[in-house]
Amino acid sequence: MSPATQRALHDCRGAFAETLVELAEANPDVVAVCNDSVGSSKLEGFKERWPERLVNVGIAEQNLVGVAAGLANGGLLPFVCAAACFLTARALEQIKTDVAYSDTNVKLCGISSGMAYGELGATHHSTEDFGWTRVIPNLTVIAPADREETRQAVRAAAAHRGPVYLRLSRMGVPDIMPDGYRFAIGRAVRLHEGRDVSIIANGTLTHRALDAAELLAREGIQARVINMATVKPLDEDAIVAAARDTGAIVTLEEHQVHGGLGSAVAEVVVSHEPVPMTILGVPGIFAPTGSASWLLDRFGMSAQGIAASARELVHRKRTKVAP
Amino acid sequence: MVNEAGAGHLGSELSCVDLLVALYFGELRVDPTDPMAPGRDRFVLSKGHAAGALYVTLAEAGFLEPDEVSTFMRAGSRLSGHPDRKAVPGVETNTGPLGHGLPVAVGMAKAARLRGEDWRTYVLTGDGELQEGSNWEAGMAAAQFRLDNLTLLIDHNRFQQGAPVAETNDLAPLADKWRAFGWHVVDIDGHDFDSIHAGLDVARATSDRPTCLMAHTNKAEGVSFMRDRVAWHHRVPTEEEYVRARADLTEGPS
Repeated sequence: MSPATQRALHDCRGAFAETLVELAEANPDVVAVCNDSVGSSKLEGFKERWPERLVNVGIAEQNLVGVAAGLANGGLLPFVCAAACFLTARALEQIKTDVAYSDTNVKLCGISSGMAYGELGATHHSTEDFGWTRVIPNLTVIAPADREETRQAVRAAAAHRGPVYLRLSRMGVPDIMPDGYRFAIGRAVRLHEGRDVSIIANGTLTHRALDAAELLAREGIQARVINMATVKPLDEDAIVAAARDTGAIVTLEEHQVHGGLGSAVAEVVVSHEPVPMTILGVPGIFAPTGSASWLLDRFGMSAQGIAASARELVHRKRTKVAP
Repeated sequence: MVNEAGAGHLGSELSCVDLLVALYFGELRVDPTDPMAPGRDRFVLSKGHAAGALYVTLAEAGFLEPDEVSTFMRAGSRLSGHPDRKAVPGVETNTGPLGHGLPVAVGMAKAARLRGEDWRTYVLTGDGELQEGSNWEAGMAAAQFRLDNLTLLIDHNRFQQGAPVAETNDLAPLADKWRAFGWHVVDIDGHDFDSIHAGLDVARATSDRPTCLMAHTNKAEGVSFMRDRVAWHHRVPTEEEYVRARADLTEGPS
């Protein structure tokens, strides 16, 4: 049994919605924009308080994002709340043109990202969105790992002048951030120290990385665990330091192994400090039906699976013949 | 300008330039000395491929130096083939891919409503562009939100890039479609300033629903040998054609 299963798990949508209400109380320009997604985005409280500030465009994602860009042009601070799979895939050109290229102050909140809708099948999985969003210029991409980081990321997105994609889940995660944790856009944080291997993760995978580090410690492998909530702009210094200090990097993501966090990390590693890497994620397939937890385990991202990948990478590093 | 650039969308520009002139010199409350004033009227050129017509209008209205229009589409110029709001004062949102302007305009009009402000939003689309479904998503929302501060002008020149609209994916009956979507529809002659301004007056006086001005126009209006010929959507005139076109536009067809 992994340690996480003994801890209380929390759906971060609650922290997201509470923080949005706090922001809306303080700033009358904050509006929520949704596509018939009041319930799935936990916006009932917001709607009750400010029915006129909840702009529901119905099931129309292109219009959803275009309207948000127009609201921002008119001086409002729109938070678009929609299922990540539809928000990013259906409205990608609006995200590129109306939001990022036009530099409108829109916050895109992709709810139930990754395989949170695991049982609903691959149409509802959002495992390409890191790739799609991070290659668009002028778009900040953030995937918080627990309730506290979610609260701080929502506040940071509101304070940031410019487009942000917040990638949120509904899958329960334990509270893992240390007391006094301070989130900053573009800054990664070390949650476990080690010199043998680095495990870089975000979102729903960070707590699994910590569990894997505990398993590895029992066999004498010290893993550095880095929570990299901001996929763009990337904390390149943290990645280069991880490569230099530990000589091996495992990345984890609830996303395809192509184009996401692992790819972003690899781009930095090959340019600055080449070391062996293992990129864990959805292995280039449409995932089968199953709970998100079951799917993550199946794709090698249980604590045991992550530990096995790290162990193998440490072995590769140590047996590498010097040139 | 198109001749200097060696590219552009002359037919599309000449069909809507009268609408732009009517808007910028008689309707829009915009100030070239303060192009981002919060209370300004918003104008969105959804048919971004008519950027050349917008640039000459913005220059005439004082948003750009007149000389600068000759840099249109040159390497490094801020006057790109499609407008960029970060680079060009007076541009509200970036367009180019079709079907983007109306959703953004709906958001603008909704913002004015939510903030209790009286500025108005205008958006100019092509007609072929209305084949994009996003327009109809936005059309429904505008009626649902009762955005009487929103005016849609359709440059109904009956041609798209490769063929007449009617032979491609016919929009008819276009006015009936907008009426069915809850809009107040007014037919105007898009090359007659009295007719355009009368339509804009009606739109301003309309309450409880958005207004669609169906501007009947001609592709490449004003140049006899280009008018209503599909090739002139984005053909660049030869030197001899350029001289003939200028003569047509300044003296009328011979």
